[in-house]
Amino acid sequence: MATGGVAAPAARRRLAGVLLLLLCLAALAFPWVDRLPYHRDLVIRVFLYAMLAQAWNILAGYCGQISLGHAVFFGTGAYASSVLQMRWGWNPWVGLGAGIPVAVALSMAIGYPCFRLRGHYFAIATIAIGEIIQTLAINWDFIGGARGLTLPFQKDSLLAFQFHTSKYPYYYIVLALLILCLLVSWRIERTRLGYYFRAIREDPEAAQSVGIPITRYKLIAMAVSAAFVSAGGSFYAQYVLYLDPDSVLPLSLSILICLLAVVGGVGTLWGPLVGAALLIPLSEFTRIQFGGTGRAVDLLIYGALLTLVAVFQPAGLVGLLGRRGRP
Amino acid sequence: MLRVQDLEVTYGDFQVLWGVSLEVHPGEVVCLLGPNGAGKSTIINAVSGLVRPLAGRVEFCGERIDGLPTHEIVTRGVSHVLERRRVFPYLTVEKNLLLGGYQDRARPRREESLAWVFSLFPILRERRHQLAQSLSGGEQQMLAIGRGLMSRPKFLMIDEPFLGLSPLVVTEILKIITQIHAAGVSVLFIEQNVQLALGISHRGYVLESGRMVVSGAAKEVLESDLVRKVYLGI
Repeated sequence: MATGGVAAPAARRRLAGVLLLLLCLAALAFPWVDRLPYHRDLVIRVFLYAMLAQAWNILAGYCGQISLGHAVFFGTGAYASSVLQMRWGWNPWVGLGAGIPVAVALSMAIGYPCFRLRGHYFAIATIAIGEIIQTLAINWDFIGGARGLTLPFQKDSLLAFQFHTSKYPYYYIVLALLILCLLVSWRIERTRLGYYFRAIREDPEAAQSVGIPITRYKLIAMAVSAAFVSAGGSFYAQYVLYLDPDSVLPLSLSILICLLAVVGGVGTLWGPLVGAALLIPLSEFTRIQFGGTGRAVDLLIYGALLTLVAVFQPAGLVGLLGRRGRP
Repeated sequence: MLRVQDLEVTYGDFQVLWGVSLEVHPGEVVCLLGPNGAGKSTIINAVSGLVRPLAGRVEFCGERIDGLPTHEIVTRGVSHVLERRRVFPYLTVEKNLLLGGYQDRARPRREESLAWVFSLFPILRERRHQLAQSLSGGEQQMLAIGRGLMSRPKFLMIDEPFLGLSPLVVTEILKIITQIHAAGVSVLFIEQNVQLALGISHRGYVLESGRMVVSGAAKEVLESDLVRKVYLGI
């Protein structure tokens, strides 16, 4: 709400606009500046996870419904585009599109009964559902079972959603997904939908008493969230060209998605991106530095960081930027 | 306007209300009195649909509303201001108010409603860009009532509007309730201070252990034996 002609916020907004523009330009120019495949892969994963964390944030951050089962929607997207492609020869883009309604339907089926549960109990239910779905996938031979699926190589083309000679199209596709997700979140923040979500997060009963149909709006948040995560899953499958229940449906993925947003700043527009930009390279770095000592070191660092954030900056890292983290 | 008949409510195995009946006529201010745990809040929670009754019926303007979801009851013109204010702490005063006025019937008149609420509570206009959590208790109560008015109700229920407020603020809110009534809104409110409540009400009800024990015009209630003995110690 900008009603006052105060100079300071206006100047700050202009500065923010310039920064945003620079950020966008940097993101667009990155492939032309840095040609290292390793860096490219890292940034692609930062963008992918930032998008997933932001999608999670729509449900958990704005609407306050903490899900620890978002891998389910990631897996749904990944399996939908891959299975449709391998079994019936569907185009992967169509598969991505088809995965979204499947994930949304699944999210409704999960949300409708689970939204009766409040707070922690909802989170616990989503963990359980995530585990059930992973077990089902492991035992379902039609979708590759525990062996997983290896997607057949195809000639480079946008239509086939496969790029081998230059991987940069993947970079731009995931960047577009991330930007779309941020734009949707930005819109939500500023409209009735966003205020409904926050009212539900802050006091569900009061939200109900002012006439908000809370279950319906929780389901809407869940659907938007699931749709983006599913698209991310389809992207992942096309990028890696191999998927199995362990890579696209594990609990650890659900938790990672949540952690990125929590460290960066829950319920904020930039938090999830900040979290991903910090933690994904960090886990990469620790894996390289301490690779021989096993995978636990990066988890130790995560744990330490999370504790620090929880103790000193509960609003997340974006809370450090002066303004209160919560919108 | 509001007619509650033989309402029974249970929480699990525990029955809270035993055949409670109550009426509010158009243009009335009615208070609901009784000690803690008598079931006062449960009655209005049942009216607004936050609690599902086991038996009995609730009618509003001649239509049965028990069993409807809360948002539909709000749309019909019933507004419920919850106990302990329950404002949205991390949203601004203005957003808190606007949230009360988003549903279909009230939405086209939002700006007008906002102006009306600001005229009732000028302090809220001053603080419109502040987070609700930064308000004092009295201001939060005003915000909660203002939020309830944003849906342009025909009937407003307020659960303990004076809870924990200073005498000065109590007087102010009493005045506001009379103003709201003057604007054509019927009011039902819960209160424990018998004299204070009956002072601005047309009629009153006294609830004890889930049963209605006294009801009638404010003066009758104030002069009833039970109220004199139990509440006023006369």
